[in-house]
Amino acid sequence: MLLISCPNCGPRDETEFHYGGQAHVAYPEDPNALNDREWAEYLFYRDNTKGAYAERWVHSTGCRQWFNMLRDTVSYEIQAVYPMGSQAPTTTAQAPEGASK
Amino acid sequence: MSQDHDHLHLPEHPDFLWRNPEPKSSYDAVIVGGGGHGLATAYFLAKNHGMTNIAVLEKGWLAGGNMARNTTIIRSNYLWDESAAIYEHALKLWEVLPEELEYDFLFSQRGVMNLAHTLGDVRESMRRVGANKLNGVDAEWLEPDQVKELCPILNVSDNIRYPVMGATYQPRAGIAKHDHVAWAFARKCDELGVDIIQNCEVTGFLKDGNRVVGVKTNRGTINTEKVGLAAAGHSSVLAEMAGFRLPIQSHPLQALVSELHEPVHPTVVMSNHVHVYVSQAHKGELVMGAGVDSYNGYGQRGSFHVIEEQMAAAVELFPIFARAHVLRTWGGIVDTTMDASPIVGTTPVENMFVNCGWGTGGFKGTPAAGLTFAHTIATGAPHKLNEPFSLERFETGALIDEHGAAAVAH
Repeated sequence: MLLISCPNCGPRDETEFHYGGQAHVAYPEDPNALNDREWAEYLFYRDNTKGAYAERWVHSTGCRQWFNMLRDTVSYEIQAVYPMGSQAPTTTAQAPEGASK
Repeated sequence: MSQDHDHLHLPEHPDFLWRNPEPKSSYDAVIVGGGGHGLATAYFLAKNHGMTNIAVLEKGWLAGGNMARNTTIIRSNYLWDESAAIYEHALKLWEVLPEELEYDFLFSQRGVMNLAHTLGDVRESMRRVGANKLNGVDAEWLEPDQVKELCPILNVSDNIRYPVMGATYQPRAGIAKHDHVAWAFARKCDELGVDIIQNCEVTGFLKDGNRVVGVKTNRGTINTEKVGLAAAGHSSVLAEMAGFRLPIQSHPLQALVSELHEPVHPTVVMSNHVHVYVSQAHKGELVMGAGVDSYNGYGQRGSFHVIEEQMAAAVELFPIFARAHVLRTWGGIVDTTMDASPIVGTTPVENMFVNCGWGTGGFKGTPAAGLTFAHTIATGAPHKLNEPFSLERFETGALIDEHGAAAVAH
């Protein structure tokens, strides 16, 4: 069971959250301009990184807010929690204190 | 229905069944991944296509990945024509392989039940029984009293949270001893001249333009004309080394066994809705599978709450399991696709082929994966059974959505 530090509610059990897959996958600016290959990439292709992976989570049974997380997919260590809309941290810095925001 | 639970007649542990050769500097084909699929592929390459100057590279020990971690269920009751064709072909191969490989891997056709707990389940299950029959797959619909008759320890009363409203049943389905399956293929591969090379991790690929010409490993470089990837959860890692992407997400999938018990469970019971699948192994352990963990993971372990939910479901369905003890739990890494169907075919890299995406159900597909992947590698073109399971389907939109029949939510 992961212990996830929700930016709004603090550290909570994984069972309170839902997984949202890879972070920072933008909706295509002009979907009609995409060819089939590019559309397939957007719909079905996601990174499947072995190591530090930027992903989205939602605190379903808490504040119901989405946020991003940088997590190692081998050790499952959570390396950073950061808000939607901001860039993934490049360092493996300490995850921020849950209720600090 | 056979009930060969007889734990007194397990085969003795075998002697050495294959050589452990040093890798040669060159092969006609190299299979990456020495699990069930890789070994089956090598076997059919040698047997059906006369390709014996080939190697299977395994980064750990033989069949120590998902082949050692699955719950050994074999069935073919999938919904769509494409899936029914390939899984039913696999089942027909399972029926003849013990004789062909001259190795009894205890394939026990004790039947598989897929329970329905809601009206939606009932409708979907009946539809699947109809589709199965049209495809020549043995399938029947059981009412709760028939479910009880076939599996007396199941609680079919209506005072539980998700009562059993019926089940689909495939009598020819069952289980096999997974380790013995791997050993059976490995022994035959070895006899046919295939080199099985353990502790040999692929670290990169040699390419001439867009054509693969060799494999870099921790035991040296191996030149080869063709490469087949059969690495399940690590397929994306290998594809990235080779310079292309796969529409795969790797997730942990957990299972557990109890300590040994007298035979109490005559068949295999699966429930999508409350999410557990249970059989009793030949030795007597209750073998139970869970759902996948939601997050991507390569750690071969998952979160405990997944197992807790699975056990809660098992105890509600089988009240007599309440006092059984868990002996051990483990996890494997499953390679899931968006449509819960495998990918077997060519890749954007010339002479490189991929067999992956079998997700939570790869064990049952082992013989057909091997047969069709070998055909694809040998001829450069898919067999008719794996043609629909191409990588291109994610571009054409011809997906094969088997979420309903795949039994474990992806």
